[in-house]
Amino acid sequence: MRDGLPENHCFTSPRLRGAGGARGRASFVGAIAMIEKFISIEAIAKRYPGANGGEIAVFENLWLSMARGEFGCVIGHSGCGKTTVLNILAGLDQPSEGAVIVDGQAIEGTSLDRAVIFQSHALLPWRTVLGNVAYAVTSKWRDWDRAKVKAHAQTFIDLVGLTGAEHKRPSELSGGMKQRVGIARALSITPKIMLMDEPFSALDALTRGTLQDEVRRICLETGQTAFMITHDVDEAIYLADKIFLMTNGPGAVLAEIVENPLPKDRGRIDLHRHPYYYALRNHIVDFLVSRSKTFTAENPGHDPRNVLVARPGLGEPTIVPLPKAVDNSAQAIAR
Amino acid sequence: MTSSLRFRAAIVSIALFLAFVGTWHIATRGTGAVASMSPEYAKLMGLTATQGKSAMPGPLDVGSKLWEHLKRPFYDNGPNDKGLGIQLGHSIARVGLGYFLAVIVAIPLGFLIGMSPLINKALDPFIQILKPISPLAWMPLALYTIKDSGLSAIFVIFICSVWPMLLNTAFGVAAVRKEWINVARTLEVGTVRRAFTVILPAAAPTILTGMRISIGIAWLVIVAAEMLVGGTGIGYFVWNEWNNLSITNVIIAILLIGVVGMLLDQILARFARMVTFPE
Ligand SMILES: Nc1ncnc2c1ncn2[C@@H]1O[C@H](COP(=O)(O)OP(=O)(O)OP(=O)(O)O)[C@@H](O)[C@H]1O
Ligand SMILES: [Mg+2]
Repeated sequence: MRDGLPENHCFTSPRLRGAGGARGRASFVGAIAMIEKFISIEAIAKRYPGANGGEIAVFENLWLSMARGEFGCVIGHSGCGKTTVLNILAGLDQPSEGAVIVDGQAIEGTSLDRAVIFQSHALLPWRTVLGNVAYAVTSKWRDWDRAKVKAHAQTFIDLVGLTGAEHKRPSELSGGMKQRVGIARALSITPKIMLMDEPFSALDALTRGTLQDEVRRICLETGQTAFMITHDVDEAIYLADKIFLMTNGPGAVLAEIVENPLPKDRGRIDLHRHPYYYALRNHIVDFLVSRSKTFTAENPGHDPRNVLVARPGLGEPTIVPLPKAVDNSAQAIAR
Repeated sequence: MTSSLRFRAAIVSIALFLAFVGTWHIATRGTGAVASMSPEYAKLMGLTATQGKSAMPGPLDVGSKLWEHLKRPFYDNGPNDKGLGIQLGHSIARVGLGYFLAVIVAIPLGFLIGMSPLINKALDPFIQILKPISPLAWMPLALYTIKDSGLSAIFVIFICSVWPMLLNTAFGVAAVRKEWINVARTLEVGTVRRAFTVILPAAAPTILTGMRISIGIAWLVIVAAEMLVGGTGIGYFVWNEWNNLSITNVIIAILLIGVVGMLLDQILARFARMVTFPE
């Protein structure tokens, strides 16, 4: 049950995918049934009061689920509600309707199990690097003494490659270093889930690449479940197991889930050499360029509970509907 | 570059000071004997009449008198003749006490107002009306209810220094960056710990600005308040010396009021620097 990851990976791998529709699909169903829904966003809606007394829904009836250890990326145009979803998942914001279930329990507010890496790093400027990480550590383990907190914080500062900068204040760090402190702070509380809202969008390409490598390495090593918002298609392709495509708001919907066909041991540098890379990239870019606007109008029968899963490969992307029965059973487990 | 700028500024300052003192000296010096009169009569009339000397004391008079005061700052020859140190001490003590009480009230209350929109809205009308009242307007009411002039002065200081601190604290607390609050929330930090580890440090520069404005106002108001209530203090001293027609002492008092005000401000500025963080 817990060990859903390798199996999931196995069935999304190109080798099996090519092994004939019937067989492939049957196995696929089995695999899904085995995967526990670690995160399950169920029928959430978010509405804000509109201009003339009415309400504007950012999104309605949104369903999204992720397995333990999975890396999910959300892509969509500005204002479609990505941050809103992430904040609801973090517990920083409440949905107008619906619930979020994590590890079998409906979430109520924020939790130390769900660490957030903020877009604007959100370091406390009056604390040093060590102080910022130590603040998180003491928040989680209140009875630890100073030396223990310091040693623990230091481990994570070393992990993100900031050894030597412990006593600097955030104002003395570069943008990339600040973001690393944010990552160290999030990891130091050993969360079950990492939530990242465009963590690297303010960085230059080089720093972004290094941090992507680091986040990927850390997530793979620690079996972290990660949920990340990005505008960078290549970032999503490199990091994500699943890419969630959202249509334009208001009234945004989760249009499609793209499964990453690239091998797990992909490298950032030779990503574009993989035979499936362009199919995948084109699929996402096509969605962003044209389908994200027209999707709702063209798909009146879109079922938000059974979002299509696409696996772009060498030819046209295969669209596989998620079997309903399985979804319900997993639902029952979650509840 | 900066040190040379500082050096040049110091030179200009000194030059301006010398020019001012020089002008003052020339404007107030004697013009020689203006009228011949008997020595007894002349002695009676004083230098103003005999030497054409201005009634305004010159810088040398003020300097020598100041030196006298500085030599014995703490003498006490009864209610109307005390050393300047004692008078300033009384004023500073009143300001200190009233200001301290204001800090104790304004900062927690400001926190409450800043954190709770309900309390903010509920207290807003009171604050809006009470804030523009001149602190001295409270004096008769204070004298009537408290029945003690010293305490009334302290009350007036309290009431005048409470508003800038209250408003700045409320503003500083309400304006703490949402993302810092969110950091505390995602770390499941409790309300009290959050107030002390996030909100207080984040709002501290704004709070200190309010405290700095308050101490300035308090020091402005104490002089006026002491002129009204009398007894002791630098304000009373100024008024008393005016009644004695000792302009020299009035000038000295003015100078010292300025110096003490500057020192109080500098102390608060130092505290403000300690809590400011670069972003
Ligand atoms: N407090 C609010 N009141 C009214 N509308 C709001 C409020 N907060 C957010 N919205 C609306 O919700 C929508 C979604 O916002 P959100 O921040 O989630 O977008 P996003 O997808 O993260 O965009 P971006 O990519 O630009 O970060 C926006 O259209 C915004 O106008
Ligand atoms: Mg956003």
